[in-house]
Amino acid sequence: MLELKGITKKFGGKTILDDVNLTVENGQILTIVGPSGAGKTTLLRCISGLATVDAGTFLLDGEAFDPATNRNNDAVIGVVFQDFQLFPNLTVLQNVTLAPTMVLKKSAAEAEKEARQLLHQLNLEGKADLFPYELSGGQKQRVAIVRALAMHPKLLCYDEPTSALDPDLRREVEQIILDLKQEGMTQIVVTHDMPFAESIADQMLRVEPKS
Amino acid sequence: MHYVEQILPSLISGTGMTLSIFFWTIIISIPLGILVGLGMTTKFKPLTWLINVYVWLMRGTPLLLQLIFVFYGLPIVGIVFLRYDAALFAFILNYTAYFAEIFRGGLQAIPVGQYESARVLRLTNWQTLRRIVIPQVVKIVLPSIGNEVINLVKDSSLVYVIGLGDLLRAGNVAMARDVTLLPMLLVGVIYLLLTAVCTLVLKRLEKHYSYWR
Repeated sequence: MLELKGITKKFGGKTILDDVNLTVENGQILTIVGPSGAGKTTLLRCISGLATVDAGTFLLDGEAFDPATNRNNDAVIGVVFQDFQLFPNLTVLQNVTLAPTMVLKKSAAEAEKEARQLLHQLNLEGKADLFPYELSGGQKQRVAIVRALAMHPKLLCYDEPTSALDPDLRREVEQIILDLKQEGMTQIVVTHDMPFAESIADQMLRVEPKS
Repeated sequence: MHYVEQILPSLISGTGMTLSIFFWTIIISIPLGILVGLGMTTKFKPLTWLINVYVWLMRGTPLLLQLIFVFYGLPIVGIVFLRYDAALFAFILNYTAYFAEIFRGGLQAIPVGQYESARVLRLTNWQTLRRIVIPQVVKIVLPSIGNEVINLVKDSSLVYVIGLGDLLRAGNVAMARDVTLLPMLLVGVIYLLLTAVCTLVLKRLEKHYSYWR
């Protein structure tokens, strides 16, 4: 369970997030919606530790933690970036196994076995030895999801997962998110795509731009 | 043909000097260039300022002038180099500045998202640099590094100004003594051979890195 209490974020005197409070139960999906510039992505960046907050606390399963300095490998927060940010110099398999071997200190064989299982699960078998430039947009996104899952995150965050996809692929990513929910994954999805948000959300947070 | 055989030994020994300046400069100034280039991308202002002044001096004055200063100028303040060491020192200082600028450009071409995506995967800074950033930077900078490497082969001829006997000087001596242009023709051919080898090696390297885009 993730709880945010009084999260406030300012950029050069301008308040982007003002006293945000929310709770995401384990295995649930929270969607964060709102117009551009409302601070959706900023909130996601705060949760994933890529940005620091000016006030407020985060609780993960009841324990306070600071995402920006959190190094506990049992409390990883996975992120699927809008533009995926796969590592272009590594194959699909290497993209997925890099962090499990270097950070979680898994053996190469174990990491590979797990990676292949996840790749299979997300319909990517046969792609393990390709490089990111050889993949389509939807495939890249699924690799990004696999890469995040391989770290066994407590929470998986998506930034605008449908923005680069055509309608067919939108349904596909919708299905992936719902399948992961079935497996108990807690997920936070930032999107401005309302129908998509409504079809996956257990809970919706609307953020409005501050004037 | 007999004449060529006569002057070839002196040209070859000159080539030795040219190659020795070339290799030592490459071996030392590329790693230094990476370090200085990394220094340029830090947020520590005094360091970046210092590096910028250094790069400005090195790129803003002729290498010939720098050679003269190192060999004839530094002894005034008590720093005395042997001819060869002076040449190497000046070349390393000069080429490190150029390499640093190239590596800075390469480092800045890596999207912030690559660092962020490494960060959420819990990779350390060093792991990120080694496995993700440097391989991408090397691929980006290879063509520009190649340019400088080829330049260096020819720039090494500037060492004549502090009295070192390199390839060009060997040719010059023979030309003045025998009043014929033939030695210089040979010198040209040897430079072309040296740069051809460099070009070939660089092409190979670029090909090696072409497995991803």
